Amino acid sequence: MPKTRLPVTRRTFIAGASATALTGVAPIRRSFAQGAALKVGVIHPSSGFLAQIGQACNRGAQAALPVLKDMGYANIEIMLGDTESNPDVARAAGERLINAGAQLLVGAFDSGQTSTLAQVAEQRGIPLVINIAAAPPITEQGYKFVFRNFPRAPGIVAGTFEVQKQLFAASGRSPSKCVVLHVNDTFGTAMRGAFGGIYPRMNMPYQIVDYISYDPQARDLSVEVAKAKATGAEILLAVSRLNDAMLLTREMVKQRWEPWGIVAAGPGYYEGAYMKTLGKNGNFVISTVPWYDPRKPLAQRMIEAHQKMFPGQVVDTNTVFTFEAMLVAADAYKRAGSANPQALAAAIRATDIKDNAALSDGIKFDAKGQNDTVRIAGIQNFDGDAKVVFPLSSAERNFVFPVPGWQARR
Amino acid sequence: MPIEVYLNQIASGALTGLIYGLSALGLSVIFGVCKIVNFAHGEMMVIAMYAALLAFQWFGLDPLVSIPLVCALLFAAGYALQAGLINRLIDVPDHMQFILLAAIAIAMVSGCLMIFGPNAQNVQLDYAYDSYEIGPLLLDKVRVLAGIAAISVAGLLAAFFRWTWIGKAICACGDNIVGARVTGLNVKHLFALAFGLGSVCIGAAGCILLLLVDVQPFLAVEYTLLAFVVVIVGGLGSLTGALLAGVLIGVSEALAGLFIQPSLKSMFSFGLLILVLLFRPQGLVGKRA
Repeated sequence: MPKTRLPVTRRTFIAGASATALTGVAPIRRSFAQGAALKVGVIHPSSGFLAQIGQACNRGAQAALPVLKDMGYANIEIMLGDTESNPDVARAAGERLINAGAQLLVGAFDSGQTSTLAQVAEQRGIPLVINIAAAPPITEQGYKFVFRNFPRAPGIVAGTFEVQKQLFAASGRSPSKCVVLHVNDTFGTAMRGAFGGIYPRMNMPYQIVDYISYDPQARDLSVEVAKAKATGAEILLAVSRLNDAMLLTREMVKQRWEPWGIVAAGPGYYEGAYMKTLGKNGNFVISTVPWYDPRKPLAQRMIEAHQKMFPGQVVDTNTVFTFEAMLVAADAYKRAGSANPQALAAAIRATDIKDNAALSDGIKFDAKGQNDTVRIAGIQNFDGDAKVVFPLSSAERNFVFPVPGWQARR
Repeated sequence: MPIEVYLNQIASGALTGLIYGLSALGLSVIFGVCKIVNFAHGEMMVIAMYAALLAFQWFGLDPLVSIPLVCALLFAAGYALQAGLINRLIDVPDHMQFILLAAIAIAMVSGCLMIFGPNAQNVQLDYAYDSYEIGPLLLDKVRVLAGIAAISVAGLLAAFFRWTWIGKAICACGDNIVGARVTGLNVKHLFALAFGLGSVCIGAAGCILLLLVDVQPFLAVEYTLLAFVVVIVGGLGSLTGALLAGVLIGVSEALAGLFIQPSLKSMFSFGLLILVLLFRPQGLVGKRA
């Protein structure tokens, strides 16, 4: 049987294959030019003991989408991940999202969980924009793909002392003794270290009479409060999470400990769940935290979008810094012109956003991937709402200090 | 530090310990009679807490008032679980029972997550922030009520086992199952009753705990572990031992927090556990096997 010669030669096959490949690529390039969605893995503790805070962060990410769209940025597709409030699970959640196609990660609120997530991001070469996590070592490792738009623990502590100085000066009342109650997780330990290093340099009017550490998942904080009360301190400086912040306040009421005020250096006390659960007993706590600047137009747009999407939910630190992490991602994607991780990381490193929402001098990262321009605000709780009281130039209302006793609030 | 601080902490630790003891009673009863190690103990308590929460949200019932209702519910669930599932595995190797109960525990946590979500929830009561002032002592009203409720439930349970025919029959099954069968006792029914009674303790503990702790699905593992510590320290199967160990652990944690560092207080309950396992493996009140 004579051999039939196929009309396709090796050369025509290669030429055809190349043409097919090129025509296949063309739609991809075209789709990017038309604004292909950037896949962002948003990882927070959506369950476990930090669930409420993690969910607040997720709301901040979702509220960012319509605002970023209005600002002309490309679409972002959110891929949610849950750390279950556990650093080991954070690692697995990061891996899972990257395997599922995430091109950039945002997270993860807690320092311990963020540390493991940062390792995954670095190993896999996927940029991580940290929304909230204060432990200094995270950006001290020389990572190439990790960026943090949030102050480190020493920055928060220095800011805490500065706000207190303003408070004492404005109120004309200076306490002589202060007691520190802090959680013993990664964040709390970093804060404790920063207190020890920075307090002697701050020339505060009071003496720190004791540092009392506790487990953030503790069932009962009566001993901690009894010990703090016995010091006779006029100021309680607290480094808490959410559930323990509620436990602490309840115990203070029950043990009738009425210091001049609670100053919180960290989360817990400004959360909606705290104020809702404790009612009047949750009033007047002053949190010294990174916050949004109520005067900035982008902050107002963020609040409006958040209230529209999540009526009744509080806008707080969790919202604004997750919102800004999404802004960083969208801005980098626009400038990079590609979802290539190297290009995205290079673009994030070159970020220079001046019109942002937080109380800071814009968003830009140093060689370590750290934004050190974020300032600390003094926020005070008033009937379910946290209002900026310091710095006075950004104050939304007047502060109350010393605060009324528990009985006087009933 | 003033002496009042120590006295207050001892009193508070004892009251908290009574609640620990009550929460462990269920585990002790179920093991003492059925020889089943209930790995779903904490999960059942969380379900009881949610039941009390719903009773509060729907009918405005104080968790202390809803104790009988929740206990009835838990009794029915416990009886059904033993009669319908665990009784079939009485004669199989222990590890098979462990796996079954661990699986039930996982299903319970997942169910709670699906129904109630991950958020911590609580009840808001008028007296939640009240305290009694007795001389130098300042006692948290909720803890005092919880302590009284714990003692009452434990007392009723002890009375049931001591003075009722069914209670004695259940004890007989726990002491000698072959003898119980020979005398014609319906062992499977009595096992189911014992599991139901253990669940009643868990239900009461759940209602009381809701006054002190916000409920969320992941709370369970912690309380299962705590119950194991209390029961092993007190002596497996001993009601008095469970209450005594609970108080001992509560007071030692409180004093450790005062003398050393509060974040290290859990170390003392586990330290007690190790000491008991080393020097008195049958527990403080338990009988040597």
